[in-house]
Parts: sequence; structure tokens; C-alpha cells
Amino acid sequence: MVADYRYSYVKQIRTELSVAMYPLQYLVNLPVQTGQWLSQNFSTRGQLLDEMAQLRERNLLLQVSLQKYEDLKSENERLRALLDSSIKLGERMLLTEVLAVDLDPFARKIMINKGISQGVFNGQPLLDAYGVLGQVTNTGPQSSTVMLITDPNHALPVQVVRTGLRTIAMGMGATNRLKLLYLPNNSGIKVGDLLVTSGLGGQFPAGYPVGTVAEFTPDIGQPYAQVQAIPSAHLERNREVLLVWTSEEKAATGSSEQKP
Amino acid sequence: MSRKKHHGGWVILTSLLIGLMFTIMPLPSWAVVWRPDWVALILLYWCIALPQRVGITSAWVVGIFEDILTDTLLGQHSLSLICLSYISVKLHRRIRAFPIWQQSVGVFALMLLSEILSIWIRGILGAQSTDWSFSYPAISSMLLWPWIFVMLRDIRRMYHVF
Repeated sequence: MVADYRYSYVKQIRTELSVAMYPLQYLVNLPVQTGQWLSQNFSTRGQLLDEMAQLRERNLLLQVSLQKYEDLKSENERLRALLDSSIKLGERMLLTEVLAVDLDPFARKIMINKGISQGVFNGQPLLDAYGVLGQVTNTGPQSSTVMLITDPNHALPVQVVRTGLRTIAMGMGATNRLKLLYLPNNSGIKVGDLLVTSGLGGQFPAGYPVGTVAEFTPDIGQPYAQVQAIPSAHLERNREVLLVWTSEEKAATGSSEQKP
Repeated sequence: MSRKKHHGGWVILTSLLIGLMFTIMPLPSWAVVWRPDWVALILLYWCIALPQRVGITSAWVVGIFEDILTDTLLGQHSLSLICLSYISVKLHRRIRAFPIWQQSVGVFALMLLSEILSIWIRGILGAQSTDWSFSYPAISSMLLWPWIFVMLRDIRRMYHVF
């Protein structure tokens, strides 16, 4: 057990043994998957038409906002070139599915159906449509384990959008909250402030939404204020999540973001 | 199964695999803390019924697989299952003689022991958990034991596992 906690070679054993366990995970996931398949297949024509109309409308709106985004992006690149600062290259995304299996009830982890054979690596960030979800902690050939940002062992470097203040967001375990560490009482943070990833630590791409500040309690007796945030990603509810590969892909060790 | 005198090893294996599946079955969030320790219950039955076949080694192997499935520290479940199986193999004659409700109380004590072991390991790793929710699996396992016992006994007799 000490070896597993301290050294990484045990991870290799874990990866290999997890091959044997994949059929079990698949079997447990199967009823849920079948249920979804059935409800998709037996939904009525009217429902499908409605859904299609909705999606078309949303697609149109997104396309319009994307036009503006393209313009802004090129402008941003031009300005950055003027300033001689480095240009952030794009990121590659892959849609994955969350397996309907329960893991350790004391940790906040989920299992996804992509693994080493799809190029998943340890420490890889995960997003959903609303924000940062977590990072990969264990990879198997066909499935991986993801530690959510609300896990008590997870720390994420974040930045307040309004003031540019940098801090660290720690998970709080069972509650769907993050706590912000080392913020002085006069840091000028407000309830409702948006937090984004700061990109420090090099594991998460910068600028993705993490959460909004929900509670700010200045504590005169303590050096730091108590600040809590609600994650913007739908941590417990979604089935589809996105794996991200940043352009400067390196063999991440998962050390910089995790608490030692 | 290599030796002739044993019979029906696949029944034991299947029951343990089903136990592992129940362990990772998704449950609503209020029920997660109440999830009985399926693998430990099934292992306990086989330890009492067939101590010459199922013992500490099988407990270790099953525990390692449970660790991989639930993504806990490798050996955490193994340790508690080994303690469980050691006690039950040692005392299997005495436990067999008990009526079922007394056995349930014994199961409660054993499960509590294994839960305390795992909460202890978690504590060393830095998890903060101070409430009594870690004891809920022991309670639900205790309530489930009579059914597990009767069901596995009938299965054992039906397939002549010895």
C-alpha cells in the first residue's frame, strides 16, 4: 500500500490488472446503456422533430457567435504578435462517455470509456460544456479514472476574471463546492465572481471556467478569508465529457496539480 | 479445480464476481453510504462454509480486484478482507453452530472491524471524515446476512460445491 501511494511503478500493475476488470465494468454499465438506447429508439416522431428544431436553432445561434469569435481570435493573434508574446495554439478535444459505475464513496471520481489506446494520459484535463471537470488519475487500455475538481485531494490553480487575482481551488469532498485557499481578508473578491483556470502548473489549459464564488466570509481572527465557490461544470449529471490535449503535449506526471 | 476432490469452483468464482459487480453498481447518492459490503459478505460465507478452499489467499486476490474496481489504494480492501477471512476461518466451527440472528451480530462486528480498518487507512492518507457514516455498511450488511446465507447455502447444495 505504501508502494502504491509513493511510487508510480505500481500504477503499471494497476493498469494491467484493470484489463481483467473491464468486462465487469462493461456489464454494470450495460443496463444503463440499454435503457438509453431504448428511450432513444422508442421516442416518438414528434419528439424527435421538436428536438431537431431546437438543435437547429441553437446551432444557428452558436454559428453566429462563432463568427464574432473568429474575428476576435484573429485580432487577438495580431495584437499578441505586435507585443511579441507567444501565441497559444489550439487544443484537440475528444468526446467520451462516463461509465455508470460507482467508485470509492469517499472520493469524488468517475470512470470514462477511453483509455491508453485512445491516447489518454495521466494528468489529462477533462471538460464539459460548462467548465472544467477534473483530471485523469489512472489509465487503463479502454477506460480511465478521473478525479473531479471537488475531490478533497484535488487542487486547481485558478484566477478571478474580474480582478486577475490568482488562487488555488481545493475540492471539499461530499459537498459540491470548492474552497479557495490563501485569500487575504481584503482581497476584494465578491460573491458571483467568475473563476477560470490560470494555466499555472501547466496541466490545465488557461481560461476555462471553473466556478463562481458563492460565499465570502472575511475572518478577522484568521490570516485568510473563507471563500467557497460552486463549480460551473455539471459534475454529477452529465454522461458526455470532453478530453483535452493541449498543443504542447508532454508526459505529464500528475504531480504539479495534485496535493503531495 | 485441478484436484479431483474439489468441485464447483466456478460457483464460488461467479458469486464473488457478482459481488464485485454489485460493489460498483450505480446507486442514488443517499444510498451510496448504505451500500452493503457485498464482496465481504460473500467471502465470509465461503470462508465459513468451505474454509479448506476459500481463505486468506482468495481474500487477498479478491481484495486487490476490488481495489482496482473502486480505485482505492492497492491493498486497502485486501487488508480488511484478509482480517475478515482470517477470523472467520479460525472461528468457522463456532460461527456455524450459531443461529442465523446471532451470526448476523457477528457479521456486524466483523464488518465494523473492516470498515474501521479502511477508515484508518483513509485517515492516514489525509481524508477528513468524522461522522458515523462509515458504520452504515456494517448495519446494512448485518441486515442482509440472513438472506445471503440462505441463498448461498441453497446454491452450494444445488451445485454440490465442496
